Amino acid sequence: MELTTVWFVLIAVLWTGYFMLEGFDFGVGILLPFLGRDKADRKTLVASIGPVWDGNEVWLLVAGGATFAAFPEWYATLFSGFYLPLFLILLALIVRGVALEYRGKSDSSKGWDRAFFWGSLGPAFLWGVAFANIVRGVPLDKGHEYTGTLFTLLNPYALLGGVATLALFTLHGAVFLTLKTTGDLRDRAKRLTRVIGPAALAAGGLFLVVTQLLVGKPVTWLSVAVAAAGIAGAVVATYRGRDGWAFAANAVAIVAVTVTLFGNLWPNVMPAIDPANSLTVHNASSTPYTLGVMTWVAAIFTPLVLAYQGWTYWIFRQRLR
Amino acid sequence: MDVLDLSRWQFGITTVYHFLFVPLTIGLSIIVAGLQTAWYRTGKPAYLRLTRFWGRLFLINFAMGVVTGIVQEFQFGMNWSEYSRFVGDVFGAPLAMEGLMAFFLESTFLGLWIFGWEKLPPRLHLATIWVAAIGTNISAYFILAANSWMQHPVGYRLNPVTGRAELTDIWAVLTNSTTLVTFPHVIFGAFVTAGAFVIGISAWQLARKRDVELFRTSARMAMAVTLVASAGVAFSGHWQAQIMTEQQPMKMAAAEALWEDETSAGFSLFAVGDVQNGRNHINIQVPYGLSILSTNTLDGKVEGVNDIQARYQSKYGPGDYRPVVGIAYWSFRLMIGFGALAGLLALAGLWLTRRGRLPANPWFYRLAVFGIGLPFLANSLGWIFTEIGRQPWTVFGIMRTAAAVSPGSDVAEVAITLVGFTLVYAVLAVIEVRLLLKFIRLGPEPEGEPDRPAEPIPALSY
Ligand code: HDD
Ligand code: HEM
Ligand code: HEM
Repeated sequence: MELTTVWFVLIAVLWTGYFMLEGFDFGVGILLPFLGRDKADRKTLVASIGPVWDGNEVWLLVAGGATFAAFPEWYATLFSGFYLPLFLILLALIVRGVALEYRGKSDSSKGWDRAFFWGSLGPAFLWGVAFANIVRGVPLDKGHEYTGTLFTLLNPYALLGGVATLALFTLHGAVFLTLKTTGDLRDRAKRLTRVIGPAALAAGGLFLVVTQLLVGKPVTWLSVAVAAAGIAGAVVATYRGRDGWAFAANAVAIVAVTVTLFGNLWPNVMPAIDPANSLTVHNASSTPYTLGVMTWVAAIFTPLVLAYQGWTYWIFRQRLR
Repeated sequence: MDVLDLSRWQFGITTVYHFLFVPLTIGLSIIVAGLQTAWYRTGKPAYLRLTRFWGRLFLINFAMGVVTGIVQEFQFGMNWSEYSRFVGDVFGAPLAMEGLMAFFLESTFLGLWIFGWEKLPPRLHLATIWVAAIGTNISAYFILAANSWMQHPVGYRLNPVTGRAELTDIWAVLTNSTTLVTFPHVIFGAFVTAGAFVIGISAWQLARKRDVELFRTSARMAMAVTLVASAGVAFSGHWQAQIMTEQQPMKMAAAEALWEDETSAGFSLFAVGDVQNGRNHINIQVPYGLSILSTNTLDGKVEGVNDIQARYQSKYGPGDYRPVVGIAYWSFRLMIGFGALAGLLALAGLWLTRRGRLPANPWFYRLAVFGIGLPFLANSLGWIFTEIGRQPWTVFGIMRTAAAVSPGSDVAEVAITLVGFTLVYAVLAVIEVRLLLKFIRLGPEPEGEPDRPAEPIPALSY
């Protein structure tokens, strides 16, 4: 395999890891006002992600750093082009991070809970908007600079993408909470999946089908099917009381959605409306030397990271009361 | 203001802000790990109380370091896309390594430390804070390697077709002489910062006669840390000045308001000059000081601004290669001055608390509280000096700041984000300081094991 392919796959893996892990963090934040009836509930909800959310967020930082190292042009075009949406995501992540760390230490957690909610909802929606635009293509000039405006990005298809990720991450949070809590809280989380599940299936399904019709490749219909099966499986398994399976199924669904998006993207990394200006894995990439060095680094450290993050989840494997 | 100016302000504000939290994280993480080790070794409850007390303040600070760091990771793409395009091949590598090797370690193991008091065996729990602390240092190394490459590019070639910098030797980048001197300077600076923080807060408690034994212990420990680190900062700074004189003579000349090449140059203490015409009206000097600092000899030759400007014009073409001399001059001096005051404070403190004594004079306590701010000023000024002194270059000798900015962004966009970040950061600063004050007032928890709630047999979830 060419190194550019390896790095395209690696970056897809990093985003997948980010969406799969931070996805349920976002979901917990979005569900906080709905499930957290009293102080104790809210404390439990936040505690369910307390030890892990920061580690989950690093998947995003490494996805950013890896894109910089492996595809500098992609990094430059994407983040300068999607300037204001990215700014909003950053603000959301800032207030959300501070809220998670400070709510338990402050006299009143009310404001922080609001910050946690909006700071989760914003990125859960905006990442969908961003990825829908990336996959469908945006106006780029010869120098690969983005020439559209903020409103170019807020097209109906992209907004649908935002609704899809929002629904999917909310479901992920609900399934995660069903897995991590007990008693009344768990029952309520479980009941919510009944509502969110079909919504996620509808929004996610519609988004993926439209994606396939716009820019799809035949093979990615496969991952679309897997995504649908994953969501449906998550709902069914929740009903059967198989919480672990439900979470796994929804995680598979998220993986399948990301695979669909990146699968359709390849070999572009940022298609332009005028295909001549598209950024591809070839014209956006670093030199083979840099990619080679980074491949070694990734080969050594990624398994290590997976091992100790996995171990963390094992340490905190009990349900919370 | 145009996009360039706004982008520079934005980068400067957000980065200086990030670096308020960074040195405290680096220094305090090691101090907390040391305290917990002392508890683990001796079993004395006092050490546990100190670990918990300083640990909590550390976490309040850490949270801010993390969220402000997220902005940093994306800023290069947002505001400096031309920069990212042309140097990403070299510059992106240490940044990605930092994420993979350091950020995962810090965040994951700190999560284990915070929530692991009841879940991990004591030995393993102790290890988690050490791993997190080491992670912060690894992070510092890689990001400083990236920054040092901008100060002194090595291990690359310029592709004649694309004009892009391409990595040819990663090892050269990671062992850049600039990195090797910058890293100790920054780490020592971090210990001065954390030390002064612990001294100041301990003094505040001592002045109120609260937990006297406990805070006497932490004050003296921190004074020792600060004193040693101050010496370290001075030595590494001296060494850095020599490397800098060799690699970026313009920066040293500006730092000294030295206009013409000189041998046996003096170290300027106070100068009032005329930047337009390139001369000083008043200049009070320590004879031979600069020659010693830059070359270790009495009669070493040091280049001056006007001469370097002429040389650069013939080398790089017409243009103004002088940084803002006034800022370089004063930031350099004040960095050293504020740092030296912090060191003196620690020395005085060690003397006043010798053999079981406590200072009687309330002024010492007040000074110690004000002293918390000194290293923060020194750190910020150090960076302002380093970065402003490099101007007009973003990457010294190969890319100018004016060429680095994102060509596509417009003034409104950058103005919105500049104001947005600044406002949010200002609000968060107020909240953070309030929270710190709250827990400082609360003081350490009473003696006893950390609360280990009787866990009912927990159900496995996965
Ligand atoms: C000398 C040290 C140093 C310097 C110059 C910088 N940082 Fe930093 N950074 C750290 C030392 C550090 C740290 C000690 O590792 C932090 C501080 C507090 C913390 O939580 O980790 C951190 C946090 C931190 C985070 C959050 C990590 C997490 O979630 O755990 C990011 C993404 C960055 N930084 C990125 C940057 C970038 C892109 C910089 C360049 C402009 C930068 N930092 C300058
Ligand atoms: C944390 C400590 C740092 C501080 C306080 C700091 C401060 C600054 C300041 C004040 C400027 C603006 C200079 C000017 O416009 O005149 C600047 C510019 C810049 N710095 Fe740093 N910096 C720090 C670390 C870094 C690091 C670690 C990197 C790279 C890894 C970096 C990369 C840049 C870049 C790309 C610019 C471009 C903008 C410009 O040149 O104006 N800085 N920095
Ligand atoms: C005798 C005392 C000191 C000397 C001689 C000294 C020297 C220097 C020099 C020459 C630089 C510029 C390096 C470059 O641009 O290449 C620098 C930068 C810096 N200094 Fe100092 N310094 C001293 C004290 C301090 C103190 C007390 C602190 C903080 C507590 C500090 C923090 C910094 C920081 C954060 C930077 C920017 C990062 C870097 O380039 O290393 N310095 N110092």
